[in-house]
Amino acid sequence: MTLHSLVNGIARHRVASALLFLLIFPLLMPYEALAINILIFGLFAVGFNLVFGYTGMLSFGHASFFGVGSYLTGIAMVHFGVHWIPAIFVGVASSLLAGLFVGYVAIRTRGIYFSMVTLALGQVIYYLFYKAEHWTGGENGLRGIKAEVIDIFGWRIDFLNPLTKYYIIWLFVAFTLWLVSRILASPFGSVIESIRENEKRTVACGYDVPRAKLLIFVISAGVCGLAGGLRALHLSVVPVDSLHYLQSGQVVMMSLLGGMGSFFGPFVGAGVFLYLEDIATNVTRYWMGVVGVLFIALILFFPRGIWGSLMHQLKQRGMLQGERE
Amino acid sequence: MLDLTLSLFMLQLVTGIALGAIYALLAIGLSLIFGMLTVVNFAHGAFFMVGAFLGVYFLGLTGNFWLSLVVAPLVVGVIGLVAERFLVRPLYGRGIDYPLLLTFGLSYVLIDVVRAVFGIEGLQSSTPASLRGAVDLGFGHFPLYRLFLIGATAVVVLALWLFLEKTRYGLIIRAGSRDSEIVRVLGVDIAKVWWLVFGLGTAIAGLSGVLAAPTRAVNPEMGIPVLAESFVVTVVGGMGSLPGAVVAGLLVGIVFSMTALLAPAYAEMSIFVLMALVLLVRPQGFFGKAGALG
Amino acid sequence: MSHQNSNNVIAANRRQLLQLGAAGAALGTAPFLFNIASAQTATIKVGFPVPLTGAYSSEAQDQVRAAEIAIKEFNDAGGFNGRMAELLVRDTKLNPGEAATRTLELIEKDKAAFIVGSLSAATQLSINAVTRERKVIFNSISQSDAINEVKDWSPYTFHEALNPHMTAGAVARYAFPKYGKRVVYLTADYAYGHEMVRGFERAGKTLGATTLADIRHPIGAADYSSFLPRIQALNPDVLVMCNFGRDLVNSVKQATDFGLKEKTRIVAPILLYTARQAAGADAFDGVVGGTSYYWGMEDGVPAAKAFNDKFRKAHGGAVPSDYGALGYAGIRSVLQGVLNAKSTDSLKVSEAMGQLKYNWYKGDQYFRKCDHQSVQSVIIVESKSKGMKDKNDVFKIVGMENPNEANLRSCMELGHKA
Repeated sequence: MTLHSLVNGIARHRVASALLFLLIFPLLMPYEALAINILIFGLFAVGFNLVFGYTGMLSFGHASFFGVGSYLTGIAMVHFGVHWIPAIFVGVASSLLAGLFVGYVAIRTRGIYFSMVTLALGQVIYYLFYKAEHWTGGENGLRGIKAEVIDIFGWRIDFLNPLTKYYIIWLFVAFTLWLVSRILASPFGSVIESIRENEKRTVACGYDVPRAKLLIFVISAGVCGLAGGLRALHLSVVPVDSLHYLQSGQVVMMSLLGGMGSFFGPFVGAGVFLYLEDIATNVTRYWMGVVGVLFIALILFFPRGIWGSLMHQLKQRGMLQGERE
Repeated sequence: MLDLTLSLFMLQLVTGIALGAIYALLAIGLSLIFGMLTVVNFAHGAFFMVGAFLGVYFLGLTGNFWLSLVVAPLVVGVIGLVAERFLVRPLYGRGIDYPLLLTFGLSYVLIDVVRAVFGIEGLQSSTPASLRGAVDLGFGHFPLYRLFLIGATAVVVLALWLFLEKTRYGLIIRAGSRDSEIVRVLGVDIAKVWWLVFGLGTAIAGLSGVLAAPTRAVNPEMGIPVLAESFVVTVVGGMGSLPGAVVAGLLVGIVFSMTALLAPAYAEMSIFVLMALVLLVRPQGFFGKAGALG
Repeated sequence: MSHQNSNNVIAANRRQLLQLGAAGAALGTAPFLFNIASAQTATIKVGFPVPLTGAYSSEAQDQVRAAEIAIKEFNDAGGFNGRMAELLVRDTKLNPGEAATRTLELIEKDKAAFIVGSLSAATQLSINAVTRERKVIFNSISQSDAINEVKDWSPYTFHEALNPHMTAGAVARYAFPKYGKRVVYLTADYAYGHEMVRGFERAGKTLGATTLADIRHPIGAADYSSFLPRIQALNPDVLVMCNFGRDLVNSVKQATDFGLKEKTRIVAPILLYTARQAAGADAFDGVVGGTSYYWGMEDGVPAAKAFNDKFRKAHGGAVPSDYGALGYAGIRSVLQGVLNAKSTDSLKVSEAMGQLKYNWYKGDQYFRKCDHQSVQSVIIVESKSKGMKDKNDVFKIVGMENPNEANLRSCMELGHKA
């Protein structure tokens, strides 16, 4: 098997390859909690990227969907005693609704205004959750999410075991990545990409662009909400800054870091970002400056991101199908 | 329970105007940069913070507030010039998101550099001796320094207006923000104009930091909430519009102040609600051009 | 004869089997033996998640400095059966999500046996959420009322620090009789702020104080000017700043600018030593507040002098701050629990700590049974701007409340059945 065919094989079965890699991923990380965080934020970034990289809309409020998913999953479990699996569904459903509301309002604007609207609405949601102290714990966050021993169809699984936790979350991520991949490969996926490339022309071709935008926005919110719900299970708490615009900014950075034009790029971006942050924090107290410098360097020299640059290089060398730029 | 007298109302209003003065200055800087370069400067809050630090530092060094009021913004402007030349300029033509994201990373760097240079605790800042004390406005006592703030902002706004409306350079800037292509064709080095405008915008951010420093704690994180507030003002006023920045700045300051009086817990949320409303009803803001960068 | 032979053979076979079995068992347990042997010398790892970066990094760094002294003392005295203690410091970035992740790292990767730490209310609660699920002891050195409540509590949760209710109550009992009964609260609008107001109002009620207004401001607000005209109009005897650290610095500064100090006494539930140092004498001049510890206590309290001297010796003449002292005490309580329980098992150490009576740095303390709250003294201080002997002499001690369970919220109120 030549390198060429290997590369193309991986590209054609991108989901399977990604999932295979993620199966062995925890062995590569210094500790499982970091690997789980990467899994969760990777999913968050992939969800966000549906709107950013694929449709070309820079949203600065996506943390609200992540946070809504986290909180509603947690609230279902803590205040209503719901079992964790339906609680995850509650979280996803809530973030889909939130996505519908924010999307409906925000889609009416474009460009910088779209970014500003999503930021403003995101902050409003943040304050609403912050003030609903009785339900959310306010500044203290939502605590009491117990997922110690969970049972899946009678099988008792020790969720506290970090490796076990990783693989259970992997199942959710696997399914969602497959779903996202199918959506992107469908005709609808082509529509949203054409919106990014040239919105006017897409309209001229007769597509209902606002509806398409709203649909992808809602789907994106749902994926981010799932990531949020998984995070609630992972940390046993929901911190209130999950909803803050700085969290939104972070997922934008991750997507860019990995490469927003690709399917797996944001995942890579999340992984590299969290891993580097972890290392930098242990090495220097100026980790924020280090992250900033790296980010600037990326924007200037590798705007395609790490994964995107890699893909580009492979295409240039004819190793990969796709346009040579 | 709340005895809402006219005096209290007036005092609260003046407080809002003083708050709005800082907001207006911040928004002017942001709008200048956006209107001219279509760059959303996510490091604006960080430049504000650097200005505050430098202002306190120079005041401590020279003992002269007026001197630091001039020197500190100049230094911030120079930092802005360097940043534009080496970091932002390479990104022109790539799409509107890139400079935005770059400046976001730049803000992280600026915060940690200030931490490294000045320490994590921040600096002690107090009102300059000549501007201490309170003035009896008839309806209450109001800090003299805050009146000075309002006055200083008015002076800066006037100076800027004169510069833009009455000088040749101002003409070039106004023309360039409307149509940079034509200005370039007419033989003006537009890159140099952009460069200087970026410096001017950051210098104004630095100036607002110097002015605000005596009223609040000066620490490396002070710019983070300021960034969000600046965006609110700029969006409400209209991105790229200077009269919009002034009007919106005062409006937001007053809205915040009045909400703080009547429903204090919702003060912070109120300005974001205002921003969301404006964006839905009139996305270009009060004074912005419709369709401008949609 | 052959019978005997076959018996012998069987016996021999059995013996071989037994020997094989014994060898196998020995081999099987050898790793365990090896582990036990190494466990005898294995270090006792104490995780220390604190906000090394962010708004309260000065306080956190002092916590680390003092904690290191406690660890060293323990090791110099021989440790526990020769096992030394090791401090694993991690940065929570003042972020509850990060704090939870770091705690997971400490427990899962570093195999920390105990966790001491945190500074903000939110981070300590998220650390606690992680530790109690895994039955790891967590001794919190940050203020909060919530951690004593049954909802967040567990047998492995300990609270070394004061809670807002205690400090607010102590300051109220000092300030209201002295300065007046008409009170306005300027409160940071989050759980901690609300807890402080509750503490003040409850103590105030028995003293006949009246609340003219409770004005909520957003946490982290930079500009308080919007709230001050109203306070000016109400003209209270006492203005209570129910906020913390930098928020307090900002609000006090601006209140001073607005001339509020002329007719009103400004009071705060907690006066941070490091915040006072950073803000300078003018801003805090005349402000009265509570604290868990002030180094100036050494004149009257021998334990304080002993602790201060240890700190001075280890850190070039510097004196410990309030949060620093908590860092020291938090570690010492846990390690003493290990020594008393003669074990590192969480349940045993928890029981031992529950019975502990100690005096690490400021006087007698013990953990209340129902909620593991450390019952301790509260010191009332007034900020100085004149007559300061040196740059450390920033407070004047004006009062001290002795340890008293009556000043805490009752076990029943917190939801405990005990």
